[in-house]
Amino acid sequence: MKALDISGLTKTYKGGVQALKGVDLTVDKGDFFALLGPNGAGKSTTIGIISSLVNQTDGKVSIFGYDLHTQKEQAKACIGLVPQEFNFNQFETVMQIVLNQAGYYGVPRSIAKERAQKYLAQLDLWEKRDARARELSGGMKRRLMIARALMHEPRLLILDEPTAGVDIEIRRSMWGFLEEINRQGITIILTTHYLEEAEMLCRNIAIINKGAIVENTSMKALLSKLNTETFVLDINLGQQKPSLMGYESRLLDDHTLEVDVEKAEGLNPVFAQLTEQGIQVLSMRNKSNRLEELFVRLVETAKAEG
Amino acid sequence: MNSQANTQSEEKIGWFKQNYVALTTIWIKECTRFLRIWIQTLVPPAITMSLYFVIFGSLIGNRIGEMGGFSYMEFIVPGLIMMSVITNSYANVSSSFFSAKFQRNIEELLVSPVPTSVIILGFVGGGVARAVLIGIIVTLVSLFFVDVQIHHIGIIILTVLLTSSLFSTAGLINAIFAKTFDDISVVPTFVLTPLTYLGGVFYSLTLLPEFWQWVSKANPVVYMVNGFRYGFLGVSDVDVTLSLALLVGFNIVLFAVAYYLLKTGKGIRS
Repeated sequence: MKALDISGLTKTYKGGVQALKGVDLTVDKGDFFALLGPNGAGKSTTIGIISSLVNQTDGKVSIFGYDLHTQKEQAKACIGLVPQEFNFNQFETVMQIVLNQAGYYGVPRSIAKERAQKYLAQLDLWEKRDARARELSGGMKRRLMIARALMHEPRLLILDEPTAGVDIEIRRSMWGFLEEINRQGITIILTTHYLEEAEMLCRNIAIINKGAIVENTSMKALLSKLNTETFVLDINLGQQKPSLMGYESRLLDDHTLEVDVEKAEGLNPVFAQLTEQGIQVLSMRNKSNRLEELFVRLVETAKAEG
Repeated sequence: MNSQANTQSEEKIGWFKQNYVALTTIWIKECTRFLRIWIQTLVPPAITMSLYFVIFGSLIGNRIGEMGGFSYMEFIVPGLIMMSVITNSYANVSSSFFSAKFQRNIEELLVSPVPTSVIILGFVGGGVARAVLIGIIVTLVSLFFVDVQIHHIGIIILTVLLTSSLFSTAGLINAIFAKTFDDISVVPTFVLTPLTYLGGVFYSLTLLPEFWQWVSKANPVVYMVNGFRYGFLGVSDVDVTLSLALLVGFNIVLFAVAYYLLKTGKGIRS
């Protein structure tokens, strides 16, 4: 049984804008799945339909085998949603927000209180339980939305840009938390603009563009499609400027050299040539995120194809 | 066979329990909301009604004399309580539901498995709770001005519950359609207030010429005010049974409209 099974999903908005043009997508049980795409590609519409916030035009969606149309209540009970924008009552306290959420799913108050303590503590919000939502920082609000989505212990957690505007320290702790709940068996679908985040967390990925899925594969398989990587070398320039035979390279300034390396070639010849020329390599890093490069390529290809 | 029947009945009990928890959650949330802002929700009707009692009841009322066989003050008390019930039940649900739409926290409910009917009952229940509480407050205030008599407590309770649920549902429908905060004040200003003031709160329909009596009977508020007045004083310009029947009918119709609108996502789903 799939955690999510979408077939032939279409959505045309009132003004005639066709946001989805027949999306087919499956997500395995227990997966950590990335749904990526540029702004306006159809990610939010897809998530909106799965979470019953947007009416679909056509197609079929089932969640853990429950048809979203004919077995709506069972299907909805499986989902926890962390939306992109803050959508809780700003005048309610943290505790009220999470307890109400549990109540909507029929969780008795005594159990809801135990869960509230567990998730608020895990997300470092327990101290803030009596604070009104509007008094929280941006990072706390994001964590509150995750705690709220977990109150009915969903089998599928959908996170729409969960770390937008969150500083790196909190982002990393959120990643750790999400990995942990995924290990415990919760299937996660993540959309994000931080591709590094998707690359690090997700095992499978779909890229959506202009309302259609342009790539749907494992993260490993996708990354293996990247033949060339660009490395940035911090160097101590010797007597001469570096010259690398068989490689595309650019000297950005006296201390920085960029080299394009094909996968099959490896890096040893680069170091050998630089050592021969008396140039010392102090450190090295990837120029850009690998997934980001692939993403841009795929989107541009789709654009060129029309 | 037996075990299958048992499983089915357990599922049913589970379904009822789940929705009962959801209903009480929405209802408590709604009550907490209006109690949290009690200065905006509970105090103004008490002050406004005190002024009505002083001006219309004591000062002007003494010059008017009797109406329908009672002192003017006694005559207007049920109508004024009903006026508070109507305006507050409507305002509670229209502003609460529209705020939930505006802040987008209505999405919490739309994403959850709470059935549409439970969402309506939860919001309407909140409106009814506020209306009943205000009805009690206004009644207590009126005791400073007049000895309130009770002719039929059952009719009083039934009329208050049916009227407040009717106007709560109407407020919900208004909020579903509303796109701005202005949109939730249009109906109270241009529809509700005229209907209430012309609904026999301050006068008996028998004072009007026959034609205007006939026109007034097309105003649903007339039936609510008179039904309620009958509960207190035992007098009414209209048939009380008809009044209750109309209230039940209007409740069913508006509930069906609200159900259809929410189910299809009018104003809340794209």
